[in-house]
Amino acid sequence: MRNEKILELININTHYGAIHAVKNINLELYKGEIVTLLGSNGAGKTTTLHTISGLLKPSSGEILFNGGAIHKLPAHKITGRGLAQSPEGRQVFANLTIRENLEMGAYLRSNKSEIEEDFKFVYSLFPKLLERESQLAQTLSGGEQQMLAIARAYMSKPALLLLDEPSLGIAPILVGSIFKAIKEINQKGMTILLVEQNAFLALNVSNRAYVLTNGQVSLQGPAKDLLNNQEIKKAYLGH
Amino acid sequence: MNQNFTFLLWDCLQYLINGIAQGSLYALVALGYTMVYGIIRLVNFAHGEFLMIGAMCGFYAIRAHLPMPIAIIVAMLSSGLIAVIVERLVYRPIRKSGRIPALITAIGTSLFFQYFGQLTFGADPKTIPPFIAEKIYNFGEVNVSNVQLAILAIVLLVLFFLWWLTHYTKIGKAMRAVSFNLEAAELMGINTNQIISFTFFLGAALAGLGGMLMGYTMSIEPMMGMNLGTKAFVAAVVGGIGIIPGAALGGFIIGIAENLVAGLYKSSFRDAVSFFILIIILLVKPSGILGKNIKEKV
Repeated sequence: MRNEKILELININTHYGAIHAVKNINLELYKGEIVTLLGSNGAGKTTTLHTISGLLKPSSGEILFNGGAIHKLPAHKITGRGLAQSPEGRQVFANLTIRENLEMGAYLRSNKSEIEEDFKFVYSLFPKLLERESQLAQTLSGGEQQMLAIARAYMSKPALLLLDEPSLGIAPILVGSIFKAIKEINQKGMTILLVEQNAFLALNVSNRAYVLTNGQVSLQGPAKDLLNNQEIKKAYLGH
Repeated sequence: MNQNFTFLLWDCLQYLINGIAQGSLYALVALGYTMVYGIIRLVNFAHGEFLMIGAMCGFYAIRAHLPMPIAIIVAMLSSGLIAVIVERLVYRPIRKSGRIPALITAIGTSLFFQYFGQLTFGADPKTIPPFIAEKIYNFGEVNVSNVQLAILAIVLLVLFFLWWLTHYTKIGKAMRAVSFNLEAAELMGINTNQIISFTFFLGAALAGLGGMLMGYTMSIEPMMGMNLGTKAFVAAVVGGIGIIPGAALGGFIIGIAENLVAGLYKSSFRDAVSFFILIIILLVKPSGILGKNIKEKV
């Protein structure tokens, strides 16, 4: 399964204003994987994701997606190539209905029957969204907005899905169902790059993980190994 | 006494009707202000100048013996086109520089086009004939002209069109998405620059339409955008800037208030009344009549 590279970051440096937030990062993802990016606040996780999705431009280095360079493309073209990001803090369109939010996810697609199929899939994943289809997204709870953000990113039917902090600030009871959904999406063949605070849950669903410290990769390896790593246990797992 | 009171009522009704007609034109211009503000939080002070350029081009189209409907289309296209060019060359490069630089740039652009207009079109006022032959109907003591009715109908049609566009078309929904969160919209694969250009085009084209319809009450000249643009801006703020129905409501309020005050009190107070309303609104409900009171996003 792990033979075809889908994403490769080669010596990526990104500056966020005056801050050198990402320093010489090398990272690779293979088709079908779930990979987690761990790190404390300010370690450069979100900056890395934004550099991949094109919201930020690297000051040096290369990003290859399915073999083609994407680091100079505007964000909407990167989405067009099959790489979607569900942004941190949910950022759903509060002034649009739930269905309209999902339609925006499918903005670049034109095959109506395929889109309808995917509506059915995300509604089966998150039945709450179907119940409230025609309501404005601002009426949803934090957890439901997170579900919508993930579903919306899924609707562009990307080959690679970037999820930024899907469990941040939501009720513990919903966290489980969100991770279950992430697994199901992965089983549909989507590769997933996950940024998470909840290291234990994230490592449990992931194949591999990278740990960022001060903008650099300080540790990487199979998720199972990292779960037993003493440093990780101390820093992220609380024991 | 009793009879005087009846006359007063008839007068008020007449001013109300004139105010609605005038207000529809303000609404038409205010829509562009509010749409552009809604999508990139820019108060485009050059909006009145887009209107002026449209009206001028429409005027030359009429002088070239083109029929009125074609002249109106010429006006709308030239307003829209100049707005797209200005957005691309002037506003886009400074979009991330903050509000104050954007505001100063907008004022500069407005001044540029006022004097550019004097240079190219000449400073003398020009007249656009009414877009349909005027007929006046009498209802009791009040007069209503078919031009006034047509203007009101056109503005209501435009409002319906905008509602349909923003709720039932892909590009309209994308406009709403971009206005809420530009970065998230970009992540959906929406070409946000294209949507912003389209918004500028649409808003300015409506201003161009307004400029042509105004021909029935006033002459056009290169500085016309300043007065009209300011009134429309006030209308947009009064109704709640960034909110489409707010622009329409604000336009009607300003139009009606101006006509009532000019008719019942003094016509020299016509221009003052809109600013008086603006000050009251800013004191009582700064987000406008239809606006929601939200804290500034950091």
